[in-house]
Amino acid sequence: MSRLRRTMLYVPGNNPGMIRDVHIYGADAIMLDLEDSVSLNEKDAARMLVYNSLKTFDYGKTEVVVRVNGLNTPFGRDDLEAIVRAKPDTIRLPKTETPEDVKEADELISQIEQKIGMKHGTVKMMAAIESALGVINAYQIGIASKRLTGIAIGAEDFVTDLKTTRSLDGIELLTARSQILFAARAAGIDALDTVFSDINDEAGFTNEVKLIKQLGFDGKSIINPRQIEIVHRIFTPTEAEVKKSTRIIEAIKEAESKGSGVISLNGKMIDKPIVERARRVLQLADAAKIFVK
Amino acid sequence: MLNGIGREIPEEITGLGKLRSYRKNITNGQAKSTQRSRERQRNPDNNKIVGSLEAAIKEAGLTDGMTISFHHHFRNGDHVVNMVLDTIAKMGIKDLVLAPSSLTDVHAPIINHIKNGVIRRIETSGLRGDLAQAISNGLMDIPVVINSHGGRARAIVSGELPIDVAFLGVPSCDAYGNANGYSRENNAACACGSLGYAKVDAQHAKKVVLITDNLVEYPNVPFGIPESQVDYIVVVDSIGDPKGIMSGATRYTSNPKDLLIAKQAAEVIEASGYFEDGFSLQTGSGGASLATTRFLRDKMIAGNIKASFALGGITGQIVELHEEGLIRRLLDVQSFDLKAVESLKNNRFHHQIDAGYYANPDNEGCAANQLDVVVLSALEIDLDFNVNVITGSDGVIRGASGGHCDTAAGASASIIVAPLIRGRMPSILEHVNTVITPGHTVDVLVTDQGIAVNPLRKDLYDNLKSAKLPVFSIEELKAKADRIVGKPEPIKVENKIVGIVKYRDGSVIDLIHQVKKEL
Repeated sequence: MSRLRRTMLYVPGNNPGMIRDVHIYGADAIMLDLEDSVSLNEKDAARMLVYNSLKTFDYGKTEVVVRVNGLNTPFGRDDLEAIVRAKPDTIRLPKTETPEDVKEADELISQIEQKIGMKHGTVKMMAAIESALGVINAYQIGIASKRLTGIAIGAEDFVTDLKTTRSLDGIELLTARSQILFAARAAGIDALDTVFSDINDEAGFTNEVKLIKQLGFDGKSIINPRQIEIVHRIFTPTEAEVKKSTRIIEAIKEAESKGSGVISLNGKMIDKPIVERARRVLQLADAAKIFVK
Repeated sequence: MLNGIGREIPEEITGLGKLRSYRKNITNGQAKSTQRSRERQRNPDNNKIVGSLEAAIKEAGLTDGMTISFHHHFRNGDHVVNMVLDTIAKMGIKDLVLAPSSLTDVHAPIINHIKNGVIRRIETSGLRGDLAQAISNGLMDIPVVINSHGGRARAIVSGELPIDVAFLGVPSCDAYGNANGYSRENNAACACGSLGYAKVDAQHAKKVVLITDNLVEYPNVPFGIPESQVDYIVVVDSIGDPKGIMSGATRYTSNPKDLLIAKQAAEVIEASGYFEDGFSLQTGSGGASLATTRFLRDKMIAGNIKASFALGGITGQIVELHEEGLIRRLLDVQSFDLKAVESLKNNRFHHQIDAGYYANPDNEGCAANQLDVVVLSALEIDLDFNVNVITGSDGVIRGASGGHCDTAAGASASIIVAPLIRGRMPSILEHVNTVITPGHTVDVLVTDQGIAVNPLRKDLYDNLKSAKLPVFSIEELKAKADRIVGKPEPIKVENKIVGIVKYRDGSVIDLIHQVKKEL
C-alpha cells in the first residue's frame, strides 16, 4: 500500500532552524523548498543548506521531499545534482506543463543515480501542475515517469494563469482539481492539493480540507504546523467506518484461510473496491492512532 | 493612688506585678477627635499621609546600613523602586541592603546607586537587563542573594531577613492604609491585581510606607494590605506605567513548537495518575507551560474532571477555566493580566494569598505543598534533572528563581517544559550552569522531541509508558540534541562569586560566578 500523504509541510530551504525541526510536528511528509520561498540571491546557499540538512538530520519515517527549481531556470539542474546525492525520498518538480518536463528530470535523476552508484529509481518524484496547459496535460504528466508518486495542484500560479484570484469556496479551482484528481487516479498515483495561505483562518481552512477530501484528494500541502491536526482530524475515519473495515478485512482473511474464492459479509459480496477502501480506512485509522477491536 | 477618673488603684498586686494607672489624655480640651470621618481622613494630623517621600523616609527612621524592601507586582512598569532609591540617594543615606521580591529591566538605575554606595548588597528573586549584566560582570563587592518566593517569605518571617522599611507601591489606598492591587471605586491606572508578595513585607517590616497614585475613600475594602500594618502613606503622581505592568490578556502562544510541547505536557498530566476530579495545578506564564492549560481544558471537559484549585501566578486563561466551572478556586499570589485582575475583583472564589501562604516551606501548611501538578519552564536541565532558570547560556544572570523550586518540591508531579534545542544550544546539559531547583524534586521533562522521567519516579515512568507516550531516558534525549548542535563549551568564569542561590529552606544550593570577559 502507498504511504499516507495527508499532510506535506512546507519549509523554506534557507531557514536552518525550521529545517532542523520540521519533522517533529507529525506531518506525513515534509517539503524543503528551494523554489518560490527562496530569493534569487540565496538559491545556492539554500541548496547547500538543504543538502547538508539531508545528510545530517534524521527525519525518521517522515517522507522527505525537496522542491527544486524548474529545469528551465538557471538553478534546476544544479539543484538536482546536489539534492539527489543527499537521497531525499522525493524530488518535487514545480510548474510542470508537459510530460517532457517530467521525462527530462527523470533522465537527469537517473544519470546522477548511476554516477553515484545509487539504485535506479531510488529517488521518487512528484509533479506540481500550476497552469492551464499543465492541467490539460495532467494525465500524460501523471504517466510520464515510473518515479512519479503523485501530482499536485499549485493554486497561486494557476489562478494567475486563469486570470482570476482565489476565493474561499474555491470555485475557480474546481475544474483543475477534478482534472488533476482524474489524471492521478487514471495513472494510479496520488493527488495532492494546494496550500491555504491564511493560517489564522481556521474555519476557511477546515472547509477547504473537507472539500478536497470529499473530492478524493490524498492530502494537502500546508505551510504551518498548526494546520496539521486539522487535516489529520478530517481525514480520520469514523468509528463506524473503522469497525466496518475491520470486519471486511477479517472476512477476507477468513475466506483466504478457508480457500474460498467468494467473500461475503452479512450476506453481501465483498469485491475489490470495497477491500481497497477498507484497507485505506484502516491505514488512516492507524495513522490517527484509533484502535477499534 | 488616684487614677485619671478618681479611683484608688494600688501600685502593685501580688501575682500581677506593677499596674499602670489610667490617665486622662486630653489635648486642646478634647479627649478624642470629634471630627466627621471624612474630615478626619483629610486632616493631616489625623491620617497617615505624609507630605513627601523624603518626609516619609525620615519619619520611618531610615538610616545607613538598614534593609529596605519592595514588591515586583508592577514588573517592567515599576516606578517605585527607582523613585525611592533616587530620593534616598539625595538624602545621603548609604550602605543599604536592598531586598525586593524581584527586580526587572527597568531597575537598571540601581547600578549607579551601587556605585555611589547607597546600596551595599541585594537580596532578590531575580535580576534582568543591564543591572543583571553589570552584577554578572562583578559590579558588587558582596554577592547578590537569590531567594525563591517561598524562601524569601520564610527568611522574612523567621527574622533571617529583617526588613527595616518596606516601600510598597499600591494601586489603591485610603488615608489609613487599607490598600489593594485594584480598586472597586475606580479603574486604578496601575492595577496589578494580587499584592501577594507585598503582603509579607507589610506584615513583617518594622515600618511600612505605602506609595500610591490613587487615594480612595475609607475604608478601601476588600484590601490586600490592611491599615493595621501601615505606618505612612505617600501620594505621588504615578507609581508605574500600566503598559509595563501587564497586558490586557496574556495570549496563548502561536509558536508551533511551544504548542507541541504544551500538548505533550497535557498528555503527560492526563496519564500521570494525578488527573482526577479535584486535582490541583499550577502552570507558569511561559509560552509552553501556559498553553498546557488550553490542551488540559479539552481533556477536563472530555473526562468531566474539575480541578479543586489553581495556584500561583494567575492568568486570564486560568480565569476562563475558573469561570467555566473547570477550576473551583483560584489562589492568586500574582495576577498576570487584566483579566486576572478583573476576576480577582469580581469572582468570589478567586482569592488573594501572600507569598508565605503560597510557598513558605516552614509554614504549618503552604499551598504549594498541596499541588498535584505543576508545569514549569527551564533554561537548562541536566542529567540529574537539576534545573537552571537564572543564568543564560553565557553565564549571565537573566531570570528569576520565582516559585520554581517551591512548587517543584511541593507538587506531587513537577513537569518541566523546554525545547530540546533553543537556538543553537541544547537544553539538556551534563551539568546545568546554575542550580535553582534540585533534580530530586523534578519528575518529568517534556520536550518537543520526547519525554524523560526522573528515575526516582518509577511510578510516573510506568504510567506514561503504558499511555504510549514517547518516553526516553534523559541521556537519550541529550544525545539526540548533541548530535545536531554538538556540546557547548563550558562557560568561562572568574573566581569572584557574584551571587549565591538559596534553596527555599535558606540553605545555599549554588553559586554564581563572575563571567570571564572575552579578550
